[in-house]
Amino acid sequence: MANTDRQVNELIKREYEHGFVTDIEADTFEPGLNEDVIRRLSAIKNEPEFMLEWRLKAYRRWLEMDEPDWAHVDFPKVDYNAISYYSAPKKKEDMPQSLDEVDPELLKTYEKLGIPLHERAKLAGVAVDAVFDSVSVATTFKEPLEKAGVIFCPISEAVQKYPELVQKYLGSVVPVGDNYFAALNSAVFSDGSFVYIPKGVRCPLELSTYFRINAANTGQFERTLIVADDDSYVSYLEGCTAPMRDENQLHAAVVELVVLENAQIKYSTVQNWYPGDENGKGGIYNFVTKRAACIGNNSKVSWTQVETGSAITWKYPSCVLRGDNSVGEFYSVALTHNYQQADTGTKMIHLGKNTSSTIISKGISAGRSSNAYRGLVKFGPGAEAARNFTQCDSLLIGDRCAAHTFPYIESQNKTAIVEHEATTSKVSDEQMFLCRQRGIDAEQAVSMIVNGFCKEVFKELPMEFAVEAGKLLEVSLEGSVG
Amino acid sequence: MLSIKNLHASVEGKEILKGINLEINPGEVHAIMGPNGSGKSTLSQVLAGNEAYEVTSGEVLFNGENLLDKETEERAREGIFLAFQYPVEIPGVSNLQFLRTAVNAKRKHLGEPEMNAAEFMKLAREVSKQVDLNPDFLKRGVNEGFSGGEKKRNEIMQALLLQPKLAILDETDSGLDIDALKVASDGVNALRSADRAILMVTHYQRLLNHIVPDHVHVLAGGRIIKSGGRELALELEEKGYGWLGIKDEDDAPVAG
Repeated sequence: MANTDRQVNELIKREYEHGFVTDIEADTFEPGLNEDVIRRLSAIKNEPEFMLEWRLKAYRRWLEMDEPDWAHVDFPKVDYNAISYYSAPKKKEDMPQSLDEVDPELLKTYEKLGIPLHERAKLAGVAVDAVFDSVSVATTFKEPLEKAGVIFCPISEAVQKYPELVQKYLGSVVPVGDNYFAALNSAVFSDGSFVYIPKGVRCPLELSTYFRINAANTGQFERTLIVADDDSYVSYLEGCTAPMRDENQLHAAVVELVVLENAQIKYSTVQNWYPGDENGKGGIYNFVTKRAACIGNNSKVSWTQVETGSAITWKYPSCVLRGDNSVGEFYSVALTHNYQQADTGTKMIHLGKNTSSTIISKGISAGRSSNAYRGLVKFGPGAEAARNFTQCDSLLIGDRCAAHTFPYIESQNKTAIVEHEATTSKVSDEQMFLCRQRGIDAEQAVSMIVNGFCKEVFKELPMEFAVEAGKLLEVSLEGSVG
Repeated sequence: MLSIKNLHASVEGKEILKGINLEINPGEVHAIMGPNGSGKSTLSQVLAGNEAYEVTSGEVLFNGENLLDKETEERAREGIFLAFQYPVEIPGVSNLQFLRTAVNAKRKHLGEPEMNAAEFMKLAREVSKQVDLNPDFLKRGVNEGFSGGEKKRNEIMQALLLQPKLAILDETDSGLDIDALKVASDGVNALRSADRAILMVTHYQRLLNHIVPDHVHVLAGGRIIKSGGRELALELEEKGYGWLGIKDEDDAPVAG
């Protein structure tokens, strides 16, 4: 391994390309968390009474809970009173009514990130909701979506306009007391996206939310709720970046998916939060709860995630397969580098008959990073003839990184079938030498080998994002060889 | 074209090459024969720039320039090609993507325009037929699930695509049945040209029935102990390495 090691040891020279800060006037709460902060937040958002009550209930539950410590990650204790729970760009007047009224600084920010929001340059075929710190700043393609009856708006707006839908489904998949970070999110979430696809509608566009943390010492607590009514379909993508800062920032999001009869949700994530510098300083703590409930029969949900950012990633996009014949899929690429730590995987909870799930997890570790897959496959007593297939592959680059696999399987039904395959491999000297002997430089060779390793997952991403994900891996690995 | 002077090299502190001297001119085909452990493969790896081998003294000039100063990939782009004895698999990376990246890296280095996917596909399909590989192989992962013979033919196909100045063939005949050997040899013979040199490393003489060398060298104990023409290989086949006072570790017959 002499060569690859030396190359790997020279890792880590590249700067995070989304690390700039937007200079914009913001309304930001003083750091600290108490019931008054929650009341103020709710008041700013002009929320109905039920929302405030819901938040306070969550807050009181949170106070009684302990921060979990079972994940295979290590970090200093978070001081929840040192964080500001709300930051929003100052608005000239009220909400911008059209993109023309959005602050040009913000439009520039998103353009720099490759997410043009302006009418002339919008991403073809993709409707975008842009969330900047605590608020949604713009949503594109509103008209064609409205025509199809699709609701795609900031969740703060949905609380006002569609309170009955929000009240019915919010917290129905991830209850306020589900876990420490979900409780915190429920108490203080500021914005996020809301999607409702009516019965029988195939959403005419890909929907996408782009999350950007800008302000310092601010936590981002977005909340996403997607409801796919009977016989509907939607494909949704989220992207995330943040400036480079020396302090760690907390991101504790909750995503809930509700899938009714014969409906399908395809949820893809390209997560590129700031990972910290080459010495492990700074970076985002990404503590996220994502869960889908396949309530209806024949419903289907696919989670596809490409995780390259964050100092610490702690997330398990899960599927509760309640409806008979419902299908859950999880495709994941998690890349860690430098001192990044990831503990990620999924939970497949089989409750209905003939439910099936597939888990394909690809973990890549470079530098001194640690990458763990943690997955639960559970079959309830009613999960007649349910089946799961799990494949966990780990790829190591260099000899100072680590890969771990923690699979949990619980079955209360004798007819359930579960298959588990796991492999661990290294980018070998022989592979590197073959590539270089053919004239391919070391960096390009590693990126090619890693992309090949991830192929099964990338093919699940929407086309335009598959290309982006490939490039992102390349950038994240840059400097991983000499 | 290639001038090796008193080359010494070691791996993990153990000296394998103990003073190699060799001159190769354009258009020539050289065969290096020798028993297992004589340093044949080490010589090819050192010329290609494998960093697991350390050159301790000596000089190698390639077209008048110091080859040993150059990085592996630079040597490749300037025309040194090594057909591997045991080609490694790269799962998930298609042969086509791998080869196009390689060809374009070389073209870029030489200031030539890069080939787009369609142009390259056309070229690769033609070349794959030359070594009797179904063009479907181009879509498969690099060497992934290939048989031994397919891997070797894939190596020759790469040489035909990259059009090297010096092609080094490391035990290209090993593991091939007689039909596959014929196909691989036809591919190598197609490479022969007035401005290209070929260096074949082999234990057995049978390859030389198909690819007739201009010069034959016998390597033993890290040194070339005898050089001659085609007839030297035939003599070795008849008399075995023992004839030259060399002990073959495997005692394998030269006839193979």
